[in-house]
Amino acid sequence: MNSSTTDASVYRWRQRMGAWLPAVLLSAVFAICIMPLIPLLASWGQVEGELWSHLWQTELPELFSNTLILIALVGSASFILGVSLAWLVVMYDFPGRSILQWGLMLPLAIPPYILAFVLLGFTDFGGPLQQFLFSIGLGIEWLPDMRNPLGVGLVFTLSLYPYVYLLMRSALQRKGRSSYESARTLGYSKAAAFWRLVIPLTRPAWVAGLALVLMETLADFGAVSIFNYNTFTTAVYKSWYGFYSHGTAAQLACLLLLFVSMAVIAEKWGRGKGRYEQSGAALKQYRQRLTGLWGVLAQVGAWSVFVLGFILPVTQLLYWVVSSFDQHTEGTIDLLLNTVLLAILAATITLLVASIMVWAQRQKQTKSRSFMIEFSQLGYAMPGTVLAVGIMMALNGIDSWIADIMDDQSQWLATGLFALLLAYVIRFLRIGYGPLASSMGQIKPSVVETAGILGAGKRERLFRVYIPLLRPGVFTALLLVFVEVMKEMPATLILRTYGWDTLAVRIYELSAEGQWELTSLPAIMLVAVGVIPVILLIKKSDL
Amino acid sequence: MKTMNNWLVALAVGSALTLTACDNSEQDKQTAGEEQNVAETKSPAAEKSANEQKEIVVYSSRKEHLIKPFFEQFTQETGIPVVYITDGAAPLISRLKAEGERSPADILMTVDAGNLWQATQEDILQPIESDVLENNIPESLQDPNNEWYGLTVRARTIVYSKDRVNPEELTTYEALGDEQWKGRLCLRTSKKVYNQSLVAMLIARHGEEKAQQIVEGWVGNLATAPFSNDTKVMNAIEAGACDVGIVNTYYFGRLEKENPEIPLALFWPNQDTSGVHVNISGAGITKHSSNVENATKLLEWLSSAEAQQMYAGHNMEYPANSEIKPVPEVEAWGSFKADDINLSKAGELQPQAVKVMDRAGYK
Repeated sequence: MNSSTTDASVYRWRQRMGAWLPAVLLSAVFAICIMPLIPLLASWGQVEGELWSHLWQTELPELFSNTLILIALVGSASFILGVSLAWLVVMYDFPGRSILQWGLMLPLAIPPYILAFVLLGFTDFGGPLQQFLFSIGLGIEWLPDMRNPLGVGLVFTLSLYPYVYLLMRSALQRKGRSSYESARTLGYSKAAAFWRLVIPLTRPAWVAGLALVLMETLADFGAVSIFNYNTFTTAVYKSWYGFYSHGTAAQLACLLLLFVSMAVIAEKWGRGKGRYEQSGAALKQYRQRLTGLWGVLAQVGAWSVFVLGFILPVTQLLYWVVSSFDQHTEGTIDLLLNTVLLAILAATITLLVASIMVWAQRQKQTKSRSFMIEFSQLGYAMPGTVLAVGIMMALNGIDSWIADIMDDQSQWLATGLFALLLAYVIRFLRIGYGPLASSMGQIKPSVVETAGILGAGKRERLFRVYIPLLRPGVFTALLLVFVEVMKEMPATLILRTYGWDTLAVRIYELSAEGQWELTSLPAIMLVAVGVIPVILLIKKSDL
Repeated sequence: MKTMNNWLVALAVGSALTLTACDNSEQDKQTAGEEQNVAETKSPAAEKSANEQKEIVVYSSRKEHLIKPFFEQFTQETGIPVVYITDGAAPLISRLKAEGERSPADILMTVDAGNLWQATQEDILQPIESDVLENNIPESLQDPNNEWYGLTVRARTIVYSKDRVNPEELTTYEALGDEQWKGRLCLRTSKKVYNQSLVAMLIARHGEEKAQQIVEGWVGNLATAPFSNDTKVMNAIEAGACDVGIVNTYYFGRLEKENPEIPLALFWPNQDTSGVHVNISGAGITKHSSNVENATKLLEWLSSAEAQQMYAGHNMEYPANSEIKPVPEVEAWGSFKADDINLSKAGELQPQAVKVMDRAGYK
């Protein structure tokens, strides 16, 4: 065989492989991403009647009402806060506006489970607020008890309203404002212009924001545990660890998924045809001066949201860190390194998986590929608790299948780091895929073709066209996934493996015992990390 | 930016490699922050001495500062090294189960008989043969099959405000559900195993139906929603939000240490009936331990006269060894009659206790 024919056959083989490899890899990604759902749905094949009748008589009605109350409270409060604050900073000028317009995004850096224990610790009997009240001669009847639905709702609202605020702000800058002004010149009243024009026009933005708020609320486990407010996430955890009933935990997880899918469907329906995009330059505009009593009230309101949502919690955390510094073990630094390492690992793997998806999409746009890419990203909507239960059950199944074949009684998959990393990748794939896909979208095929015409080979095109142009997207994706993994609590709690405890796990353990002071150090570390993506967002939204 | 990216990628790849290079047991040692010394075995004699010095691996849900000084002292006296990792009870139990025969652990050390009973159900402990432990530890504080032994004792008892409650008014746990305490009671959440064990013992005494009525009485008397820990319960009583509560003795001890003038006191209930509800911190030897002899030595040492007072006193608990007196500040709370039903009941009836509390609306 002469060398030219071998070359040709190798070339042909490589071409063929290049043609089907992305499709195969994409199918594998898709299969792995929907794998956790299978045992959850299959769990309905075996129902523990006695446990269910117990749940039905005791907890279930409460779980439903608690969840609905929370959604209603947090949804409406986030809408009111997010929309009105966005309106305020876009339409009016007032002292401190330049600080507030980005300051109002900062509460996003504090996860609900951190805000929850700060708020409780602050208003505790014997806490800072009570000591202050005593010093000015007021008794405990003045102390607000936060351990009720309103308190829980307040925590989620303060921590999550920035999603609505952020999206609404840019929507108003791009179209809300100008249409409002046109309506006013046509003789509409202020209220009519706002409600009948601005709100419908910006619907894609606030619907997307609200959907994010509600998904985070439904997925939360930490904050509701601290408040002892029972929801589906706490019930899943209780079935798993309290009743040792995996099947019932899976069935409760399915009920939670029902709520989440409602939020997802509502978002699709609410967005209508409009897709929310952050594009189009905001015009430099003239703003009205804020005057009169309403002006003062609006400013006070906006500042108090900023102070309550960010300044006060951070101050309280720092105060606790300092006051309990001698009690912190050096273990916290190890924990931080652990968490960082885990997050880097997870972010890297997530990016690799996301690039498979981008590659497959780039190569050929088919219906089936788009479908698989869309559905592989559904993990973002799965609460961590649900995902963990699904993964654990799926891997246990595979483990016992391996054990049957290999005659080996060990559980390698379900108890190793593998399960935890898998959960992170599935949960945050969407966050990693988004920036990568959008920077890929910006590389027009014409650019690559031009490089080819100018004589750039495959390798050169990769190194001199694709990589430099993709770098910002890759970096953003890595960073976002990294931060999300660091903050992730519910899935980590169920799937954690030895030697890989994270800051979030430590926060859960300490706050479950009500040791607020000791919780402050890991918490402030997470807040510091959480500020990074918020700064990125602020930069991106042209402030 | 470019170097940052490279650094990130390099670090990730590097860590992935180290990870695969590390085997499990090495990681365990790393978490325990200990060096592993593997004695080289050559002759049978050397092997014997190596076995005698073989290190004990402890999985503990007790906090590091409560166990570390005693392990160090044991090593000093016997020359046997002890390494440990700490975590919550449930994760430790599920880990031991998952590790199976590969587990490096020799001892599981945890609090609350409920947790220890759970460990026996998961079949991760083995019966211990030791006359020393049998002699030192009372029957009610050990597993009927000797799979675990209590090492320290805490009472879960009533705490009251000295300003607003006359101790004459107090009688039993059951009576805290009476009308006179309406709006005056504070409790910790039902999610904590201490309360689950307390209710389990009520079920053991009275049966499920009566126990539920008692718990319903408590819930009806709550001044405010249940708290996340015992200290918060006492803070609330001190602040005047309620007058009585149920707490573990050592939590009270810690507060009293911080503030000797604290206007609270402990009350020993049920002295004419079942006695005060006590619970333990204890330990068992893992089913697949490769070091049973040394592990037994460590438990025997912890139950011995010399270690008991210090080991219990360190956390203001009562010694499990009835020959030994508690430390003075604990003794100052007075003596009491304890409930002597075997504590394994607390574990056995725990799922029922959880359901009883659910039905009674105790959150």
